[in-house]
Amino acid sequence: MRIEACGITKSFGSFLALSGISLTVDPGELVALLGPSGSGKTSLLRIIAGLENPDSGHVLFDGEDATRRDVRERQVGFVFQHYALFRRMTVFENVAFGLKVKPRKERLSRDEIRARVKELLRLVQLDWLEDRYPSELSGGQRQRVALARALAVEPRVLLLDEPFGSLDTRVRTELRRWLRRLHDEIELTSVFVTHDQEEALEVADRVVLLNQGRVEQAGAPEDLFERPASAFVMDFLGNVTIFRGRAEDGRAHFGPLAIEYPEHAGRPSVPVAGYVRAHRFDLARGEGQKSGFWAVVKHVSPSGALVRIDLSDGELPSTRVELSRERFEALNPRIGDRLFVMPSEMRVFPGHEDGTLTERPPET
Amino acid sequence: MNATREPLQRVQATGGKSRETSDSTGMRRSRAASAAAVRGGLILAAILVMGWLLILPLAVVIGEALKLGVRAYLDAIRSPETVAAMKLTALVVAVTLPVNVLFGLAAGWAIGKFRFPGRSVLVTLLDLPFAVSPVVAGMLFVFLYGRTGLFGPWLFDHNLKVIFAVPGVVLATLFVTLPFVAREVIPLMESAGNEEEEAARVLGAGFWPIFFRVTLPNVKWALLYGSLLAAARAVGEFGAVSVVSGHIRGETNTLPLHIEILYNEYQFQPAFAVASLLSLFAVISLALHVLLEKKRLTGTAKRGLA
Amino acid sequence: MTRSQGTPKSGFPAAARGASKAARPRVLPGFEAALGLTLAITGVLVLLPLSSLLVFAGRTGVPKLFATLHDERVLASLRLTLSTSLLAAVLASVSGLLVSWVLTRYEFPGRRLLDALVDLPFALPTSVAGIALTTLYAPSGLLGKRLAGLGVEVAYTPLGIVAALVFIGFPFAVRTIQPVLADLEPEVEESARSLGATPLQTFFRVLLPEILPALLTGFAMAFARGLGEYGSVVFIAGNVPMKTEIAPLLIMTKLEQYDYAGAAALATVLLLLSFALLFLINRLQGWAERLGRRGA
Repeated sequence: MRIEACGITKSFGSFLALSGISLTVDPGELVALLGPSGSGKTSLLRIIAGLENPDSGHVLFDGEDATRRDVRERQVGFVFQHYALFRRMTVFENVAFGLKVKPRKERLSRDEIRARVKELLRLVQLDWLEDRYPSELSGGQRQRVALARALAVEPRVLLLDEPFGSLDTRVRTELRRWLRRLHDEIELTSVFVTHDQEEALEVADRVVLLNQGRVEQAGAPEDLFERPASAFVMDFLGNVTIFRGRAEDGRAHFGPLAIEYPEHAGRPSVPVAGYVRAHRFDLARGEGQKSGFWAVVKHVSPSGALVRIDLSDGELPSTRVELSRERFEALNPRIGDRLFVMPSEMRVFPGHEDGTLTERPPET
Repeated sequence: MNATREPLQRVQATGGKSRETSDSTGMRRSRAASAAAVRGGLILAAILVMGWLLILPLAVVIGEALKLGVRAYLDAIRSPETVAAMKLTALVVAVTLPVNVLFGLAAGWAIGKFRFPGRSVLVTLLDLPFAVSPVVAGMLFVFLYGRTGLFGPWLFDHNLKVIFAVPGVVLATLFVTLPFVAREVIPLMESAGNEEEEAARVLGAGFWPIFFRVTLPNVKWALLYGSLLAAARAVGEFGAVSVVSGHIRGETNTLPLHIEILYNEYQFQPAFAVASLLSLFAVISLALHVLLEKKRLTGTAKRGLA
Repeated sequence: MTRSQGTPKSGFPAAARGASKAARPRVLPGFEAALGLTLAITGVLVLLPLSSLLVFAGRTGVPKLFATLHDERVLASLRLTLSTSLLAAVLASVSGLLVSWVLTRYEFPGRRLLDALVDLPFALPTSVAGIALTTLYAPSGLLGKRLAGLGVEVAYTPLGIVAALVFIGFPFAVRTIQPVLADLEPEVEESARSLGATPLQTFFRVLLPEILPALLTGFAMAFARGLGEYGSVVFIAGNVPMKTEIAPLLIMTKLEQYDYAGAAALATVLLLLSFALLFLINRLQGWAERLGRRGA
């Protein structure tokens, strides 16, 4: 099913949660609504589900206006952030609930319901827990029960609110992959909300990045990562070091750093900000061909395939650099070493006179 | 060295109960002794206070009821007037309890699950009957339905009797018991949040399945507890009922009013015999209360985990 | 984006945002019915009776109502009701504090039984309590005999009224103080003691400030309940006008004499006092909640 949201606006009291948001989810797609807290992503999801009513705008399911349609009739599957399992029902009863409350005409027979629930519990690998109560399950198990319960009614679209939000890191990564596989298997149009950029980039076909009630950028994960439309997108999607400086005569100057900035040629001097991702730096023991600056190693965290190195020189902002393990071992930097830092790719965004950027993500 | 090691051993010996860490042995001993004395003294004082305040009156009821022997006791209980009073009391409870439950659940659903303008005013309003003296409550119904009351002439014309009749007794009891169930149910429905109900809604459930399968099981112990309080109050209400009943023997006398009449006629033993029945009911409801409280607490503990 | 005329929302112009907000369907069903039922029952059973007092007061006229209050017997009954309720509330609070302390801090055989018994005055019909207390304190009674030997008369005196009201107010005090004490960690007292505070200093400087809101709430509740109490008092009071006649009883008497104006005036005074106390209790509970949050 295709979901379209057109010009959705929603405010809670004086707080504007969504201002004129439009987006489309194509049939079979898995889309992530990504954003910092307060960006409106959960409100948007609840509006699509019909759990919240927009102040203006429409929600279309396969081109049909569903804005005023009751939650009950939208045929959506919704997985709540804290699962909202029925605590006085067993796992089996939870999953069977949606089937049992159907009008008599559409309701399956007892045996059919039983078979269907069993099948779903097998799908989420929980058939051995059907008699347990939610309080007797682990977080990951509850999550899967919630999913099975949502899928039981054969929804036309699956909506998940922070599906991995309250799980610990290990279960999270596991469930993430599992959800992706499950989606590939059942090919159900799905939208999930998350504040974790890694999760969005890893799981989703397409990511919609929200900020302060607006769509900042929507596109495939690589698009957002490689071609960020704004400073906010770039900052939100990865470890970046931000340099502040000025653009003059087609070049941007950040202290000792200077890079070509042809877009600006021939215009008066303006403040700009330069963004460099942590893995777009290289380090050297001596000055080379490239433009760079000297900084002192303050911290090294060698965990995983990438090694993180924090450097600072007192004048420029503290810089985080990610090196591959081979590069790190070749260079073998120690705390206190003075190294030459060279950005290999920098994106320049216009800034304000007072040094603030056009948009800064709210602290989370 | 010894002085610092010794407390450690003591802590182990007492299973970690002693929280003292470093102190000289002598001081600790005298302090422990005085603490024990204070503890014992306070416990004794509390028992005395409660014995004097609560247990003694209860003992008096039983003692006086059985003063003239079991036979007199049974006679008093089996007298036609007592039986009539019992029947009326049962009737009053049978009417007030369902209304109370219905009201409590409706108020719980509206106030506990929704936000709307005037909500806090309504919450305050619900508690109002508790702030009104029972006698004043009874008076209000006399003002409404009494001969010279607002609806009095109309009722008189239609030959309907409310005051000095059973409907008055029921109405007055309803007034004083109304908040009991609602007060127990509303906070619980509110604190449980709406997510489970919303989940049921998304799954296609209508009002009744949501209410009976999802909401009600979550508040059932509070509902029972509130009903118990309401029932106890309905059985025992005296002031409000006293104003509206007219004390017509065998007709508008509830058990508490019957006790008053017997007592005022110096029939002490029968009065206490009837009183002992009500005391028994009170003690049973206390026991049920303890039981329900336990259920409710284990219920919340489970919720805390989920 | 084109909209068809038939969609429900087109009925609400954008200008009527506030109205359309209220009219928007709620996600959960049954709100209108539940609220309607709640309002209907509250209206018929609570608001209608209360408004009858206003109608009656209006009919009689405010000056005349005030005039009926300027009666020695009425004033005496109000004085008696206020003073006995106040004293009883103090006594109930003090004994309530003691009992809640022992119930929360010490483990001893019979503790659970005592704890359950605290609610007895809630469960026991007031008339039963009334005749039992009267028999207990009557000159020939179990306690009355002994107290008479000491020259103290309780039954049929204001002291008897106080005794009945302490019985009624006691559980209010215990049940408001107890949870606060239970939430208060013994470590707080122990750390005060370890800093060198004497037990009395610990009590007045550390514990009392923490439980004060609850103590006052319990006091106010016992006081409010005492003002309106009738059943347990009417037997033990003796009901002598000017001496042992409480305000609720005087209302009853006035009703029996068809002096509705007098009854309404006195009832209004009692109601206003109760509402003032209800308001105070709400504020106290707000204070207690803030204290609790600060501690958490």
